[in-house]
Amino acid sequence: MKIIACVRQTPDTETVVKIAGDGKSIETDGIKYIIGPYDEYSLEAAVQLKDETSGNVTALSLGPSRVGEALRASLARGADSAVHINTDGAETDDALVVASALAEQIKKMDYDVVITSTKGSDSDRGAVGPMLAELLGLPYIGLVSEIACSDGKFNCKRQVEGGVTESFTVSTPAVICCEQGVRGQARYPSLMQIMKAKKKKIEVVDFASLGVDGGLAKLELESLEYPPERPPGRIIDGDSLDAKLDELIRLLKEEAKVL
Amino acid sequence: MSKAVLVIGEVTTAGVAKGALECISEAKRAGADPVEVVLFGQGAKDQAAAAGKAGASQVHYVEEAGYSLSQRAETVKGVIDSKSPALVMLSSNTYGKELAGVLAARYKSALATECLEIRFEGDVVKATRPMLAGKVLAKVKLNGAVAVATLRPNTVPATEDGADAPVADLALGGSADGVVLTDSSKGSSGGEVDLSEAAVVVAGGRGLKGPENFHLIDELAEPLHAAIGATRMVVDAGWKDFHLQVGQTGKVVTPDLYIAVGISGAIQHLVGMQNSGCIVAINNDPGAPIFKVADYGIVEDLFEATPKLTEKLKAAVN
Repeated sequence: MKIIACVRQTPDTETVVKIAGDGKSIETDGIKYIIGPYDEYSLEAAVQLKDETSGNVTALSLGPSRVGEALRASLARGADSAVHINTDGAETDDALVVASALAEQIKKMDYDVVITSTKGSDSDRGAVGPMLAELLGLPYIGLVSEIACSDGKFNCKRQVEGGVTESFTVSTPAVICCEQGVRGQARYPSLMQIMKAKKKKIEVVDFASLGVDGGLAKLELESLEYPPERPPGRIIDGDSLDAKLDELIRLLKEEAKVL
Repeated sequence: MSKAVLVIGEVTTAGVAKGALECISEAKRAGADPVEVVLFGQGAKDQAAAAGKAGASQVHYVEEAGYSLSQRAETVKGVIDSKSPALVMLSSNTYGKELAGVLAARYKSALATECLEIRFEGDVVKATRPMLAGKVLAKVKLNGAVAVATLRPNTVPATEDGADAPVADLALGGSADGVVLTDSSKGSSGGEVDLSEAAVVVAGGRGLKGPENFHLIDELAEPLHAAIGATRMVVDAGWKDFHLQVGQTGKVVTPDLYIAVGISGAIQHLVGMQNSGCIVAINNDPGAPIFKVADYGIVEDLFEATPKLTEKLKAAVN
């Protein structure tokens, strides 16, 4: 299988987020960027599927120059090649703008399947996968928690609301969005893989050359604010464990009214 | 001047799915009029009228044999084209998320996912949605015609003070594509109760010391009919399956009651559960960050406190 794995570079999940002075962006000073934690899992699935089918994986990412690092890391984790849509100086916050640029690039590439993940851990949108499918005119399956390939088709399972497991067969070409853990823990690259990845070439495509209409950006960010803080709770006192737990149950019943 | 909203959701023989009812209620609360609904289901037409109780003015029922995203998109396209709603709303569940993305790309719409609320300012649709795993809230404006929004489940109450709405049949449109549903079966490898929909969640962390002790969590969950949750560390170590993970790279849950056992409260975990109604934490370290978000904290050894709490809860809820 020829696989395109979409990868997004996002701030480290341990980042303490500060709203910038303009009230509508995040202070980027000192932010460490990583491969999106959801994309780590989908990339791992892509690499395992390529090994099982003697195929190849191209990691595809959109973003400013720093995104090259995420693609380098993707190569170390088993991608065979990488394409970077460089957006330096362009406005690309909108999901449809991102999806349109990815779609334009993917149309030029040779592939059987596009693999995406649940969401970017910064935008928290989860929109690009289904948008990409629509723009490419391909079938889409979201939030897959098991995936295997046989006879040129994918067998996928996913868990939907209400404790139901759905099974699907997916013919190629298609866009498949993988859940975290779909193929277990993402691998840590060895030193040798990191060294090898350094020698591989990353193809850079200028965002402007893809001809994406900026007018597609229709979701306007007006302001950012911090979520309301939870009122301080209390540590339950008591002479004994029994007394504390009895008091807890009383509070759950009478004060919180959740029992 | 249009404040017309189209809600798309599911109906089963047990009734209209909660996510759809929440969308209808939220649209009504925001002043939408009319609120039309398209419900996909199997043999559940007689249940669809109940969408009126949440405020729907008209229900379109689509009998669906399996599940096909492309067919759902084609089916609602007819309704969108004839009604030109200002906003299409879906629950941010498995089906809603994928249909929302497809529709937004088809109509070149503004798409706001995982919204906590929507509102109309004049004719303009606005919404609040979390970003960076809820570390910030974004106020967004959805420009252009046929905006699309998904509503995070369990965030707004589904009110039911209306009457039944008229139900019209709507034929499933389009044709199947390369994604074919081959089986749909109840009962998963996880707990008895679905994590993202549960009213009570009991979650375990590193403090449990090993998978052999996780039965303490299972036992505590039982009298509460709770779903089981876990921290990333527990999942990464292979003690529990990935789909039980609560937090930044797992599920965001908002139950009425969240009991955290042996969880220190790393920020990545807190963002996944801090909007729960009531939070209880059991941890032997009084300095653990979990106590900053907990309504009630028990500073005790979990190996003594948890089984004892299980016994007391069994008595209390009977």
